Amino acid sequence: MNKIVDKEYFSDNVVKLVIEAPAIAKSRKAGHFVILRVGSKGERIPLTIVGSDTEKGTITLIVQKMGVSSIKLVNLEVGDYITDVLGPLGNATHVEKVGTILASGGGVGVAPLLPIVDAFKKAGNKVITVLAARTKELVILEEQIREFSDEVIVMTDDGSYGKKGLVTNGMEEIIKREKIDLAVTVGPAIMMKFVSLLTKKYKIHTLASLNTIMVDGTGMCGACRVTVGGKTKFVCVDGPEFDAHQVDFDEMLNRLGAYKKLEEQAYNHYIDKYRKA
Amino acid sequence: MDRILEYLKKEREKDWRVELRGKMKTKERTGLERLDMPESDPNVRNKSYIEVNKGLSVEQAMHEAHRCIDCPKPTCIEGCPVGINIPKFIKKIEAGEFLESAKVLKETNALPAVCGRVCPQEVQCEQACFYTQKLGKPPVAIGNLERFAADYERDNGQVSIPEISSKNGIKVASIGSGPSGLAFAGDMIKMGYDVTVFEALHEIGGVLKYGIPEFRLPNDIVDVEIEILRKMGVKFVTNFIVGKTATIDDLKKEGYTAFFVGSGAGLPNFMNIPGENFIGIFSSNEYLTRINLMRASDPEYDTPVLSGKKVAVIGGGNTAMDSVRTAKRLGAERAMLIYRRSIEEMPARNEEIKHAQEEGIEFLNLNSPLEYFADKNGRVNKMKLQKMKLGEPDNSGRRRPIPIKGSEYFIDVDTVIVSVGVSPNPLIPKSMKDLDVSNWGTINVNKDSLQSSVSGVFAGGDIVRGGATVILAMGDGRKAAAGMNKYIKEKVRNIISLVKEFKTIGDILDFATK
Repeated sequence: MNKIVDKEYFSDNVVKLVIEAPAIAKSRKAGHFVILRVGSKGERIPLTIVGSDTEKGTITLIVQKMGVSSIKLVNLEVGDYITDVLGPLGNATHVEKVGTILASGGGVGVAPLLPIVDAFKKAGNKVITVLAARTKELVILEEQIREFSDEVIVMTDDGSYGKKGLVTNGMEEIIKREKIDLAVTVGPAIMMKFVSLLTKKYKIHTLASLNTIMVDGTGMCGACRVTVGGKTKFVCVDGPEFDAHQVDFDEMLNRLGAYKKLEEQAYNHYIDKYRKA
Repeated sequence: MDRILEYLKKEREKDWRVELRGKMKTKERTGLERLDMPESDPNVRNKSYIEVNKGLSVEQAMHEAHRCIDCPKPTCIEGCPVGINIPKFIKKIEAGEFLESAKVLKETNALPAVCGRVCPQEVQCEQACFYTQKLGKPPVAIGNLERFAADYERDNGQVSIPEISSKNGIKVASIGSGPSGLAFAGDMIKMGYDVTVFEALHEIGGVLKYGIPEFRLPNDIVDVEIEILRKMGVKFVTNFIVGKTATIDDLKKEGYTAFFVGSGAGLPNFMNIPGENFIGIFSSNEYLTRINLMRASDPEYDTPVLSGKKVAVIGGGNTAMDSVRTAKRLGAERAMLIYRRSIEEMPARNEEIKHAQEEGIEFLNLNSPLEYFADKNGRVNKMKLQKMKLGEPDNSGRRRPIPIKGSEYFIDVDTVIVSVGVSPNPLIPKSMKDLDVSNWGTINVNKDSLQSSVSGVFAGGDIVRGGATVILAMGDGRKAAAGMNKYIKEKVRNIISLVKEFKTIGDILDFATK
């Protein structure tokens, strides 16, 4: 049981939660995630750790309302408890000084990108970050990202904020302007696929942090498997970061949709129940 | 060993045993027929999660207990990985002292209700039974009797808590709460240690909870046995993954002296054939975890599972059998088991094979998958199989399957469960650089003490064996407990003898500064 000590709405659908988890706060590094469960009948869902405070013994998570489980989590208030939190899981980001980093984050993917950007900046790299969202309200953590970036470009699909266009438009502009040593991308699978295609064209080594379906998160179930370089890998114990150019994003996109129908049903069922109550 | 034999002999010569033996002639005993375990109707049970085996009644148990002739040399005990005093617990049943019988079980077995259900007795105690060995008759139903005694005390609300030695205050930890960790914890707490069991998942029990289905081992029954350990003083910490949440070195700083690694065989194997990552293809670990641990088939629970009408399970072990029988219960019209050898070579227990056949599972023996195909949504809809024939025996002693050229054919499937073994979980080995591991990733241990290459770190169960049974894991847990106790006592003795050498305060200060 982990207590929620702070909660902040970034938008109607995106919420920041600070929760008590002293052991995790102490051992986590950039790139790590947790698996959590809300209620004794809840499912286990993975979420990247966005930050931690070792003195207070807390970790920060950012959650987007997607389906029943994330809604249950977002509906918890300060003082409430999350039933189970396990972590830190996955491999930490391999951070070293390489020169200039081009980071890209889409939607709520900016949350897991934040600790990675922070770590690369602290390792002495020049960091340029491209943030992308459908519209102005969905741009999150811009201020924090700016703190760790030498330059930030914001792209919105509808042009309501920053520049109009896709994340790849912003990135290509930078790539044409200066030499990039490493690209890092976190966001929806479809976005990472196109980022990967772009950087492949320019032969820029790229890391993608993958967010697949998981159950246990410790290597036991294989729900999170992806094909990387023609081999089956488990995101939970082999990842979550992989060489983007080796990842079979089409297969990953397919697998992410495995429970789409069931999720919609569960969502409608939940909303019905919620309304009745 | 001699001490144990002497103890067993003494126990056998106790008045009540001698008297009981005298009540019925051996000839009469061996003339009694072995009773079959009562079972639920196959066509009812294959649509629900009720237990398949219903357990013996008091009369049946008494009858079966009379069959045991209380041999002077009880070979059955040698066949038991946790060394249960088998004749004694059976004779307690014959005497009508069922609660006492359960106490005998718990002297050496932390999970008798579990073992009475899932142990492969036919290759252990019952295989070594006098009836099997010398009479060529069906053995005493030791497993059924074990289950009877454990169930009797639970169902009558008279569960006893084993006695424990006075506390010695020494902190030890088990990493993992599966069968090996629980057996380890049970022995260590009895010896007076301060025992904490760390578990990564949100529930205690490991494979007993996430792996073995309700119809074979109800989770409630596991919980009762865990509760006994808790009452004996074992502490359980869930949501804690040693190696990640904290390392063994971190825990040492918190005062833990020694560790038992029973983290199980984590990673599921796949066959690496085309199409294996389509939607609807699971590892048996994932499929069973969703259903057993996360209760995906209960609409009240949030975890979903895909389980269709045409389900193929790949493999021939107990886990494959559990998966295919679960699929049947979830409404599969065709629940098929695809195995590359013949039924004789199947590693699954005969009982499981029999139960599966009764429940309407289709056995596609001598078949091996080659490729999977999917519909436009990426969901598996077809698989290509190849027929096999048996060749010469391989290293495992089983006849090697050989593909028959040109025998390829297709079947329609909408769900596939791959159950072709597991590999050791790399999390613990990865977090400990000095730990000696084999090429397969299992932890290498001393075969007597089960100590690893790292002093004070012991290991057992599937992380050492690579994939075995509940009872062998429990045997390892007990062996490691004995090994660890010896290791700690020796360390304590060394310190005491060292302290005795000191003659002055100066000696102590000298030593301390070193």
